[in-house]
Amino acid sequence: MGGYILKRLLSAIPVLLGITVIVFLIMAMIPGDPATAILGSYATPENVARLNRHLGLDEPLWRQYFIWLGNLMQGDFGRSFALNRPVLDEILDRFSATLILAGTAFVLCALMGILAGVISAARQYGLADKAITFVVILGISVPSFFLGMMMILLFAVQLRWFPVSGMYSIWGGGDLPDLIRHLTMPALALSVVATGVIARLSRGAMLEVLRQDFIRTARAKGVHERRVIWGHALRAAMVSIIPVLGIQAGFVLSGAVYIEMVFQWPGVGRMLVDAILKRDILLVQGGVVFIAACYVGFNIVVDVAQAWLDPRIKT
Amino acid sequence: MSLFLRLLFRNKLAGLGAVVLGVIVLLALLTPILPLHPPNATNTASRFLRPLSEGHLLGTDHLGRDLLSRLLWGTRLSLAVGFAAALVAGLVGAAIGVMAGYFGGRTDNVTMRGVDMLMAFPYILLALAIVAVLGPGLLNALIAVAVVNIPFFARNIRGVTVGIAHREFIDAAKLAGMGHTRILLTEVVPNIVPVVVIAMSTTIGWMILETAGLSFLGLGSQPPQADLGSMLGEARSALITAPHTSIVPGVMILLIVMSVNLLGDGIRDALDPRLRSGALARPMATTRVERAQTPAPKGEGLLSIDELETQFHVGPRVYKAVNKVSLELRPGECLGLIGESGSGKSVTALSVMGLVASPPGVITGGAVRLEGQDLIGAPYEVLRSLRGRKVAYIFQDPLATLHPLYRIGDQLTEAIRVHEPVSHAEAHRRAVRLLEDVRIPNAAARINAFPHELSGGMRQRVGIAMALANDPDIIIADEPTTALDVTVQAQILALLDDLRRSRSLAILFIMHDFGVVGQLCDRVAVMYGGRIVEAGPTAEVLAAPAHPYTKRLISCVPELGGGRRVLAAIPGLPPAVDRLPDGCAFAPRCDKAQPDCRRGEIELEGRARKVRCLYPEGAS
Repeated sequence: MGGYILKRLLSAIPVLLGITVIVFLIMAMIPGDPATAILGSYATPENVARLNRHLGLDEPLWRQYFIWLGNLMQGDFGRSFALNRPVLDEILDRFSATLILAGTAFVLCALMGILAGVISAARQYGLADKAITFVVILGISVPSFFLGMMMILLFAVQLRWFPVSGMYSIWGGGDLPDLIRHLTMPALALSVVATGVIARLSRGAMLEVLRQDFIRTARAKGVHERRVIWGHALRAAMVSIIPVLGIQAGFVLSGAVYIEMVFQWPGVGRMLVDAILKRDILLVQGGVVFIAACYVGFNIVVDVAQAWLDPRIKT
Repeated sequence: MSLFLRLLFRNKLAGLGAVVLGVIVLLALLTPILPLHPPNATNTASRFLRPLSEGHLLGTDHLGRDLLSRLLWGTRLSLAVGFAAALVAGLVGAAIGVMAGYFGGRTDNVTMRGVDMLMAFPYILLALAIVAVLGPGLLNALIAVAVVNIPFFARNIRGVTVGIAHREFIDAAKLAGMGHTRILLTEVVPNIVPVVVIAMSTTIGWMILETAGLSFLGLGSQPPQADLGSMLGEARSALITAPHTSIVPGVMILLIVMSVNLLGDGIRDALDPRLRSGALARPMATTRVERAQTPAPKGEGLLSIDELETQFHVGPRVYKAVNKVSLELRPGECLGLIGESGSGKSVTALSVMGLVASPPGVITGGAVRLEGQDLIGAPYEVLRSLRGRKVAYIFQDPLATLHPLYRIGDQLTEAIRVHEPVSHAEAHRRAVRLLEDVRIPNAAARINAFPHELSGGMRQRVGIAMALANDPDIIIADEPTTALDVTVQAQILALLDDLRRSRSLAILFIMHDFGVVGQLCDRVAVMYGGRIVEAGPTAEVLAAPAHPYTKRLISCVPELGGGRRVLAAIPGLPPAVDRLPDGCAFAPRCDKAQPDCRRGEIELEGRARKVRCLYPEGAS
């Protein structure tokens, strides 16, 4: 197992390098001259040239990439010109909020999605299956930002169960119950689409497994139907559900952008949108690389979980 | 095509989706000629009018613009952008996929690595990065969404192309001297188009949702022009005071995306052949029973099957897999049930404990009595407590029938503990002993193995051990040696015979030929087309088969040292049990058949020796 984890970690290196190349190339395609953008259109040519030299922009592209990559490795993501502080500091400040939101949403969608999928498959074509199928298709069709707004209207404005927005109350908040009250609605809104996708695929995986011979063997042994479904069948179905969880984690992580806008959640997503609107390129660049790297790391965790669940995978 | 449409509209939700989407698209097309307010005409005097106001059906927004007009123009824009993004992503992705799949090798490798890299990004993040470079704007949002979706198409289409590129007609075209371009355009692309269209129809909902998302963030369409996403984004600040300005565009996005998804699902399902045949149905815990009347008990013995009828109902077709089959099994006896595949022998065996997959299986008649108790239609809990405890099964392919992810020890202890509340340690001890009983060497260590770590013969021994776990009275062995090597076969048969004698087990042994019958079985019954055609003591049947089918089946078996005998295959095919002929089912393949063989019902006659034939062998 240890060897497998190491192998998986090593195989992530080219992926991470590829990500930096793609991000760097996308950013290099920005039209216009960054120095002019920073100094304004009244800058003298000498000043522009000096700044270009200072920023390393007179170097050939490949050298610029390696300088940038070298800086990244040392934790230097550059400096945000709009916020006038190091990019990495800003990201780290914001990332815990995104992690709390996306992490909660991910746990919710995994639990609810698998639960709904298994019930749906166990009651195929029954009332529960039809109801779940309909809710699922509604769930994957609703824009999460619209759902979030409607939740605010209903649960915060009308029923006053939850606060409208933010992560902590301004007065007297800051403890865990306060966080949970603020977290409930955004986490739910963020998890809905992924729940639908996971439910759908879990149902399919379960139906596939339930037709297998070893399910008949379990029944022939006299195993209770409840255990056949939730034990034998679900265990085998998890092998195809886990990779879907990995993909959905990416959707939840990046879908947090919308939810953070709607609920004024102080996370990386909102930071990115602000940075794009202000053309704060280094902040965008750093944020994208950082989140993508996190996602790669999470996928390693998923693969390891998969290998642990399925002894047939050579570790 | 008409079948496709019929299947599509059989799915009511897909039909509903088609209708809703049709109406929305029609409205969007007609928008320029409808009598609407200009969408961008502001009127600060009438801001935030509620829906159903005078002159404004859906009210007005924060600048006093007519919401209905903006909604329809916005819908038009969102649909166009979503469709265009799907088209661009589909075309570019397909082109990349076709190139990679067709040329293979290095081209394939390099392209697909690139595609994998793009897929390593969380989806929306990549779109954000692209918009960050190009700057906010509807066209840029469209490009971003299209680019993000290209890898999905490229990967799918590559897979399909690889399948096509190695087919004979491509080789033929190459030999005919056609150039790559021509082959791609005339041979490959026409085969790809349907796949691309289907992939587009299922992703277009996503594209609309994603462009709406970018617009919502303010990165898509810029004021005063508005698609549905930016209408929602602008309305957000007035969410609490004027909720209708948010609800109107939001509901429209929901309606569009949902109807696209419903329709896309419907198209996919209608094209899935497995769904058409009902093969995706999940089998229930017990076989469905629809029995009109119960035959009176007549057989005695431990297990008596009386006039059992089991059918498969697939759409309008009825397959009579088991057609009034009667058998009886006495304590300690071994009964062989023989027939070609499709003769109904396994279905008979599975019907005993209600294990026939249902749907599509239905038990429509007869009785199965275990020590006098009728099991057909018995409550689930009764059946469950008998399964494995009184009647245990050994199945054919032990790799498929053992759970691949559980250790064999856990599978064995589970079999014990579902019927007896013993401790884990006790169950474990018994499991080791069971493995020793079936002569698995080094049982204490093997018990922790997974099924894939054992050889085929060892796996089948585990299957037998599991069947023995609760000391059942009856074992039903469904071709337990068919998947094994000949030498291993002999070992397993010897093991079963020993166990039977030492534990006085009754065995119903199912097999597809007469190869091993003599070694094991006291009596045999031969099945053909869902019916018993001959039954009797093994030695007598082997020595003087009465039914022509039995005779042919026996002469199919090669005999060691039997000299140069011609092995006679039986000409023709076994009958399809949904269209059984009148009279004897074997008549079409029988060289002795007379005209009256093809008429009416032919009874199974005799007492100890039974035969269902008008002109049995040996009787002249």
